[in-house]
Amino acid sequence: MTKRWVLLFEIFLTFFKIAPITFGGGYAMIPVIEREAVEKKEWLKQEEVTDLFALAGSIPGAIAINSATFIGYRIAGVAGALAATIGVMIPTFVIVVCLSIFYLYFQDHPKVEAAFEGIRPAVVALIVFAAYKMRKGAVVDKTTFVVAASSVLLLLFLHVHPAIMIALGAATGILLIGLKDKFGVETKIDDQEQNVDYFMGADI
Amino acid sequence: MLWLLFKTFFITGLVSFGGGYAIIPVIEAEVVKYGWMSTQKFTDIIAIAGMSPGPIATNTAIFVGYQMAGIAGAAVSALAMVMPSLLLVLLVALFFYKLNHNRIVQSAFYGLRSVVLGLIVFAAIKFALPTGLMNTISLHTFSLLAIFAFSLFSLIKRNAHPAYVIVMAGLVGMAFYS
Repeated sequence: MTKRWVLLFEIFLTFFKIAPITFGGGYAMIPVIEREAVEKKEWLKQEEVTDLFALAGSIPGAIAINSATFIGYRIAGVAGALAATIGVMIPTFVIVVCLSIFYLYFQDHPKVEAAFEGIRPAVVALIVFAAYKMRKGAVVDKTTFVVAASSVLLLLFLHVHPAIMIALGAATGILLIGLKDKFGVETKIDDQEQNVDYFMGADI
Repeated sequence: MLWLLFKTFFITGLVSFGGGYAIIPVIEAEVVKYGWMSTQKFTDIIAIAGMSPGPIATNTAIFVGYQMAGIAGAAVSALAMVMPSLLLVLLVALFFYKLNHNRIVQSAFYGLRSVVLGLIVFAAIKFALPTGLMNTISLHTFSLLAIFAFSLFSLIKRNAHPAYVIVMAGLVGMAFYS
């Protein structure tokens, strides 16, 4: 094995080990990734990693997986990106498939049905909690409040497809800031670095 | 079926800003459109996806894929979900390293974040309906509301772990509803 393959395998193994302990996905993983990539392996510097996390959050997809891909790329190019992504995906994949088999097998059992009866309201609470955590990062002024509220109404009553709603959101942002700039209204939009925690804080 | 799963989750992956609960309505819209499963069963799947390690949206995709077409379906869904992110990350890493400092990108996120919040609120309402949280007043509705309120309290005030909340709610359900 050449030195390069050893490095790629090491990247794969690092993210493979991190994945199963990050219950709840996203942000639980960030401090663990930081410790592994910066302190233990000394692959990257602290500032680099902070930048990468902010950038990873701006790209569609889970922040944990995106960060892994980014860090893999910084260490060893495209091959490194693939090694890290595959490494972070495999444990999750295996665990979820096992749980799927388990669910298919036991879903009609009365005790399991009863458990899910109790779990469903808790899931609603989890989703409300996600919204609660995100509110500061998302609603920064009156305009964003109106955008958020109208998107809920459009989704509920006009049944706009959620994917289209997301595209509309980006377009609305560009349009609104464009208009505000034109009329000389100042808007604080460069607040990404301070609130990585809330930034797109959808996955908890 | 596999192609349909791939197409569905590739598009989902492409728009999944945040990758979390905001994307659940996107997946739900597709799942209901194709008649793959009921919203109630989908809520069960979200619960399991939320208990599993890893990102909830990707987990949900793997779960739906497995239910529809076994291991191959799960693999295709996972791949389809990750592929757009992987390509975009590489693209950004190669060309747009200063992406976050671009004013157009910042403006887009100014709108995006509010819509993502709107989607999460929409998801909460959408899943509260078939759960029976908004049914007529009865002891059963009251007990469900109590589970909801206590879960939310534990999450916000006690910093409880989501997986822990789900497990506790499951135990309460087992004790009272069987």
